[in-house]
Amino acid sequence: MNSDLQILAYLVASVCFVIGIKRLSLVRTARSGNRISALGMLIAVVATIAVTESLSWPVLIAGMLVGGAAGAVLSVRVPFTAMPELVAAFNGFGGGASAFVALTEIGGSSALSENLAGASYSIAVVASILIGTLTLTGSGIAYLKLRGSKMVHPLKGSARHGFNATLVLVTLACGFWLANSTGASAVIAAVLLVTGAAAAGFFLVLPIGGADMPVVVSLLNSYSGLAASATGFVLGNQLLVVAGALVGASGLILTRIMCKAMNRSLTNVLIGGIGDDAGSGDRSGYTGVKETSAEEVAMLFDAADSVIFVPGYGLAVAQAQHLVRELGEKLEKRGVKVRYAIHPVAGRMPGHMNVLLAEADVPYDQLFELDQINSDFQQTDLVMVIGANDVVNPVANTDPTSPIAGMPVLEVWNARTVIVVKRSLSPGYAGIKNPLFEAENAVMFFADAKEGLQKVISEID
Amino acid sequence: MLEILFIFVLAVMLGFEIITKVPPTLHTPLMSGSNAISGVTLVGAVIAAGSGEGFMSGVLAFIAVAMATTNVVGGFLVTDRMLEKFKKKD
Repeated sequence: MNSDLQILAYLVASVCFVIGIKRLSLVRTARSGNRISALGMLIAVVATIAVTESLSWPVLIAGMLVGGAAGAVLSVRVPFTAMPELVAAFNGFGGGASAFVALTEIGGSSALSENLAGASYSIAVVASILIGTLTLTGSGIAYLKLRGSKMVHPLKGSARHGFNATLVLVTLACGFWLANSTGASAVIAAVLLVTGAAAAGFFLVLPIGGADMPVVVSLLNSYSGLAASATGFVLGNQLLVVAGALVGASGLILTRIMCKAMNRSLTNVLIGGIGDDAGSGDRSGYTGVKETSAEEVAMLFDAADSVIFVPGYGLAVAQAQHLVRELGEKLEKRGVKVRYAIHPVAGRMPGHMNVLLAEADVPYDQLFELDQINSDFQQTDLVMVIGANDVVNPVANTDPTSPIAGMPVLEVWNARTVIVVKRSLSPGYAGIKNPLFEAENAVMFFADAKEGLQKVISEID
Repeated sequence: MLEILFIFVLAVMLGFEIITKVPPTLHTPLMSGSNAISGVTLVGAVIAAGSGEGFMSGVLAFIAVAMATTNVVGGFLVTDRMLEKFKKKD
């Protein structure tokens, strides 16, 4: 069924994807890499439409119009702060699409009843439905959690692991049944499989803490690649197999890189509980917190020769990135050394802060990663932490029982003075107390990042 | 089927090799960009839309095409929008 032309087009597309992914891992070439991938996709879709004999135009046009419009509008309209959840949503759609393609195979005339292509075909159909549906609902939960929804798994500890394991086993059993059933019972099995996989995606992601969602999205991205690959096996389509495998494997590598940045193992992340299970005792009151005002903050800046800004999610929520840049520029004009310390998991997604500050035209060479800047805090006059919490929590280094123990953190407390701009003393994503706020050399400036910075800037003028 | 398995295994190994070191800055764009590529299932959706018969498979195919197109179009655009911000200041 694949003509030579189609195979050649698929080969070109596959090469585009490989080059595209490769280029996406370097800042200099990333944008062109993404465009090369997009070109590959265009070639693949056009070639498929050109050579497929029986096309259902109404379905095709309607689907592409709806999907194209939704994708375009969402990607252009959604503010930069909401990108992480948008990526999660798109990812869910990709997985869902693979599952639905496989489902049409059951609904269509080439039902499993015929068992035409044998066992391997059945396995591919089941895998595609299972992984695709799981990706869809799992990404849905990730989406909601990234939006700040605090859902938790109804069960705790070993009861939860038992429940989740049973759910997965039952779902696999439905898959096994589907692979071996014919006619009407195949439809029932398919419905059960979809339900089980949907529930599995839901309950497996549910206990994982909000701060770990980026890792989950990355893993689900890998899954959506595998789902596409499985669909490729179903349809005997080389491109789907290759592209899906590329995404599946590279997604897994990226997931590992991200876990490493947090100094956690993937299993540790997936077992979950961080942020949701954290004991409420940890949220006990603070003592000796020193509050400050915009005027005082301006005076601290007056006296500083070197300043490091530490942005966090609060900066993103308040859309204060432009004001930080403005403040930074003002300080630079006075000859102050201005730098930004970026924690790998600051915000709701790795690199979130880089994207945001880049949007505000903060010079790239002022951004420093954790390893590069951590030893410099000691020689720094003033650190301003803006809407960050867990990534500057000294507990990670001192308390081995803490949920964030071992996570590398920015050692801001080594600086001479630390100003923390934060709306309240409420805990961050990990739900734990931050002793930094009580430190001798730390002052709290309680304000929304945008309003607070505005006041500081007007005081400095 | 074995031929496809052959391709699959090699592609997985290639996928493992392509990415070795990625700066944290690019984690999100890379995730988003490769996510757009996983929307390649659109090709499958296009084929599925033409092969099935009956109302039900039409509905399923429509959902598949719409979801996959959202993934592809949205994924590439949003990645481009992120990367657009990474221009070096002169």
